[in-house]
Amino acid sequence: MCECCGGHATKKDFPQVDAILAKFKGVKGSLMPILQAIQGEYGYLPEDVMSYVAEEMDIPLSRIYGVATFYAQFHLKPRGANIIRICLGTACHVKGAGKVLSAFEEKLGIKGGETTPDLKFTLEPIACLGACGLAPVVMVNEDTYGKMSAKKVTEVLNNY
Amino acid sequence: MERLRSIEELAALRDKIRASVDHSKPCVFICGGTGCKASGADKARDALVKVLEAKGLNDIKVKMTGCHGFCEKGALMIVEPYDIFYCHVQPEDMEEVVEKTIIGKGETVERLLYHDPVSGNIFTHVKDNPFYAKQQRTALANCGHVDAESVEDYIEKDGYAALAKALQMTPEEVIEEVLKSGLRGRGGAGFPTGKKWEAGRNAKGDGTGKKYMVCNGDEGDPGAFMDRSIMEGDPYKLIEGMALGAYSVGADEGYIYVRAEYPLAIKRLKIAIGHCLELGLLGDNILGTDFSFHLKIKEGAGAFVCGESTALTSSIEGYRGMPRIRPPQTTDAGLWEKPTVLNNVETFTSVPDIILRGSAWYASLGTEKSTGTKTFAISGKVNRIGLAEVPMGLTVKELIFDIAGGVPDGKEFKAVQMGGPSGGCLTKEHLDLPIDYESLTKAGAIMGSGGAVVVDEDTCMVDFARFFLDFTQRESCGKCIPCREGTKRMLEILNRICAGEGRDGDIELLEELGKMIISSSLCGLGKTAPNPVLSTIQHFRHEYEAHIYDKKCPAAACQPLLTFSIDQEKCKGCTKCVKKACPVGAIQGEAKKAHTIDDKRCVKCGACFDICPFDAVIKA
Repeated sequence: MCECCGGHATKKDFPQVDAILAKFKGVKGSLMPILQAIQGEYGYLPEDVMSYVAEEMDIPLSRIYGVATFYAQFHLKPRGANIIRICLGTACHVKGAGKVLSAFEEKLGIKGGETTPDLKFTLEPIACLGACGLAPVVMVNEDTYGKMSAKKVTEVLNNY
Repeated sequence: MERLRSIEELAALRDKIRASVDHSKPCVFICGGTGCKASGADKARDALVKVLEAKGLNDIKVKMTGCHGFCEKGALMIVEPYDIFYCHVQPEDMEEVVEKTIIGKGETVERLLYHDPVSGNIFTHVKDNPFYAKQQRTALANCGHVDAESVEDYIEKDGYAALAKALQMTPEEVIEEVLKSGLRGRGGAGFPTGKKWEAGRNAKGDGTGKKYMVCNGDEGDPGAFMDRSIMEGDPYKLIEGMALGAYSVGADEGYIYVRAEYPLAIKRLKIAIGHCLELGLLGDNILGTDFSFHLKIKEGAGAFVCGESTALTSSIEGYRGMPRIRPPQTTDAGLWEKPTVLNNVETFTSVPDIILRGSAWYASLGTEKSTGTKTFAISGKVNRIGLAEVPMGLTVKELIFDIAGGVPDGKEFKAVQMGGPSGGCLTKEHLDLPIDYESLTKAGAIMGSGGAVVVDEDTCMVDFARFFLDFTQRESCGKCIPCREGTKRMLEILNRICAGEGRDGDIELLEELGKMIISSSLCGLGKTAPNPVLSTIQHFRHEYEAHIYDKKCPAAACQPLLTFSIDQEKCKGCTKCVKKACPVGAIQGEAKKAHTIDDKRCVKCGACFDICPFDAVIKA
């Protein structure tokens, strides 16, 4: 039992996390795939889960925090049910991706990198989705929308 | 599938597969690359299969292939043996395609053929298509012509024949072939692959003999997507290339480090590894020999710096992907301190052909010092966007005008950024430059991974340089000060210039900072980050000067430097801009009378410019 908070906190159980940890037991360099799997489960990396992982894997929480904040893929805050990824790569940039991003920001009332208060959408600018032939490109969850424009934004959002 | 216990069994399997395939029968290849999937390739395939079933044509094969390269025209379809190339195919087109092209034995559906915007011609066949005519597809040879999830398809196309041949040679002989071929790393610096393998072979390590082979599939360079296309379109060839490398250097374990943003590539690689394990083309005692090679996939998590070899190995180990000082080189102490040979996707994929067809054949392609072919991802303001694999030594003009069809909408070619955020730009004066490692470097650009982003007169080169620096600055890992602080300061200066607050001396300061960052950064990211800025200053200094001294953006792209006015002749007084566009009430005007813009209130948002139906708003 943790004493730092007056003994109120009891150790939580995370059966899903146990399953993930068991899968990677003894695998070298498994911290990233473990975090990826946990994020797949929760949509983000909750703090209490990270503390649990640190204890179970016997590595400092600071190291997990270091890895989680280094890579763009990991998120420490809850994310929207739908992730809108807006490509701002070179090809998309010269074809007006900035205007597409602004249109999404205006429509959703949030800035790039933020999540709507109802947790429906997260707006995520991305360096390059590698689909330059379709620039400007937007991905919503697994769906790719090519040749985007500010005008198409409402139409895309209505699909979700 | 049964495990192959010898080289002879592989040959027998190939004969068996070949005997079962009848190439005179129609076969439809639908591009299943990311671009075409986004354009509805899956739905088109499903519709086609349904139509074929309904007509009792169950023996017609429909194959989902890798990228055909002409991503902008997706979804793409090739009907063999007629070599008919269809663009923008939709589910509702399938009935007609089956009727005419399959039952009608090669009759075409004209609206689906490639209508070339440059020449105005219609092209039926891949071989005549101007996008493909000058290409020489070797690394990409199978992309678009094999089912990317079928090991049989790959084996039919001589797959693993190079590995079988190599297993009958000594590792030194394999390295010698790669050395003689002149193959150089396709990921950036162009280091001779054979030399790297030789260093890996000779590395002593810690005496345990453990060595690793790693493939860098962390294609983070914005505007480059050739590695993605290979991993999605011909994963088996990449695996064969890695196995050849592993045999040469004496590695028994390997990793493919793939960007997490490439889910389809990861899926196909996993399928391919599974098939190879089943057939004994990976794992212990490959083809019944003493050679064993275990291959795993490691998903990246979004960090551009992980393209650097020491950062990549530390990421595989589960740490922050930060580079370290070299030496020791990764060939001496890389992954878990063991000798590690690291090559990029396109490099590995080039090796099987070198072994199978011989180093002399490969060296005969390209130029003396830059042999072979290279894939370029041509994007931006060109008529034909896509992936083109060409022999080295082709001129910039041939790549951008003959293959990519030049700049659309009658606009003028301004520059092409070669090598992404680490590279530099080439201008009109470089159009006759042959594309090879040395010529590009001499002209201030780099080969890099082969990204070629074309811009026209509407692109501001200061803003363009700022875009790249903004990217590298954000991706700087923060370990060394020149890169972390220096790129930040350079970006601040560029932001200032684009905002109309540039000062006398800013250009010189950018040059000084840039040179300092290049000479003192720890890794390749920092050492190349200032390149886009320095090369745009070199070729477009007048644009920088116009921003700083005249407070003007010659390309009319930097908003704070624009002035908006209304052409009194063209304005019909429709009041659209007054009522629907201007957010600050800066436009005055009544119906049917020409409007005016109050420059003091205007926030330069450009909403009036976008909405005006008569092109009466002047942006300058």
